[in-house]
Amino acid sequence: MSAAVSPAVSQIDEVKTTPWSGGRSPFNVEYGKMMMWFFLLSDAFTFSSLLISYGSLRFSAPTWPSPSLVFQSVPGTSIEHGAPLVFVGLMTFILIMSSVTMVLAVEAGHRNSKKEVVWWMIGTIIGGLMFLSCQALEWNHLHSEGFWWSAIPNKETLQEFFKSGVPLGQQQMSSHQFANLFFTITGFHGFHVFSGVIINIIITINVLFGTYKKRGSYLMIEKVGLYWHFVDLVWVFVFTFFYLI
Amino acid sequence: MSSEPTEVHAEGGEHDTMTRKKIWNVFFVLLGITTVEFIIALYLVPHGILEGKIANPVYIVLTLLKAFYIVAYFMHLKFERVALVYAILVPILFIIGLILVLTNESHYWIGLRG
Repeated sequence: MSAAVSPAVSQIDEVKTTPWSGGRSPFNVEYGKMMMWFFLLSDAFTFSSLLISYGSLRFSAPTWPSPSLVFQSVPGTSIEHGAPLVFVGLMTFILIMSSVTMVLAVEAGHRNSKKEVVWWMIGTIIGGLMFLSCQALEWNHLHSEGFWWSAIPNKETLQEFFKSGVPLGQQQMSSHQFANLFFTITGFHGFHVFSGVIINIIITINVLFGTYKKRGSYLMIEKVGLYWHFVDLVWVFVFTFFYLI
Repeated sequence: MSSEPTEVHAEGGEHDTMTRKKIWNVFFVLLGITTVEFIIALYLVPHGILEGKIANPVYIVLTLLKAFYIVAYFMHLKFERVALVYAILVPILFIIGLILVLTNESHYWIGLRG
């Protein structure tokens, strides 16, 4: 086609190809995928604000409930003491695992293999539901001890969560802050997991109906995949700052 | 006109995509880092081999390493155009700014209390 253009107009009509003259798309991603990235960036700001507030409150408090004492039981079993990090380790494993099944679904989508996409998506949904169930058990356990938004356990129970010799007033103050921050931040994260599971279910139904086969591309799997990995990413930080440090 | 952009796309986007082998490699890296964190939290710190003050920065470094693997490989950012990578990563500087400001603030608070 370009061969037919006369030399006089070719100078103007020539397709510009260099990056700075508008010849190429600067990001080279589809619109929806770019918007998903920008949404995730804004969500990263929200989660950072929550986690940084947590950090600054904890850093400025003279004492704080020790994670290895607060989270030392395995909810749903009879193990009440002496097993720190076991339950949350399981939760972390489940979430990383569901992230892997999600990338495998994206990879299957690149090969246009509808059947594989469906199976990996179902795996991801099951992983998400398992994580949510674990979180429900964890919340239920802390609630049964007396923790809730602006609620803390009684004096005797509270003492178990601190190193000996911490005055009661300091215990109560930091436990209030801990309870509010824990339920708000893990709750906001859990809400993201819940939304992710709903979105994954909708997308899987679309795959089953052949929506993306007709469209000729499984790019939508990639977009929900970005969201799902972001949820995993946030959990990595929540895990470190609530359970390890 | 259409041939040029697709060529660019094939070069920058689809070429270095994730294979199944790579996906499992990243999974084992993430699992390995988490295991190291568990060894520190369950063995090294309780037995006094590593002090809590040293363990905490180690946790943060390992967490950032995990974050890198998730964002770069699972979220595929490493294989996107440089412009998109910077558009996502540069605003993270604001988060670092907030961390610095609030750390300074809580230093002040604890000074008032102490």
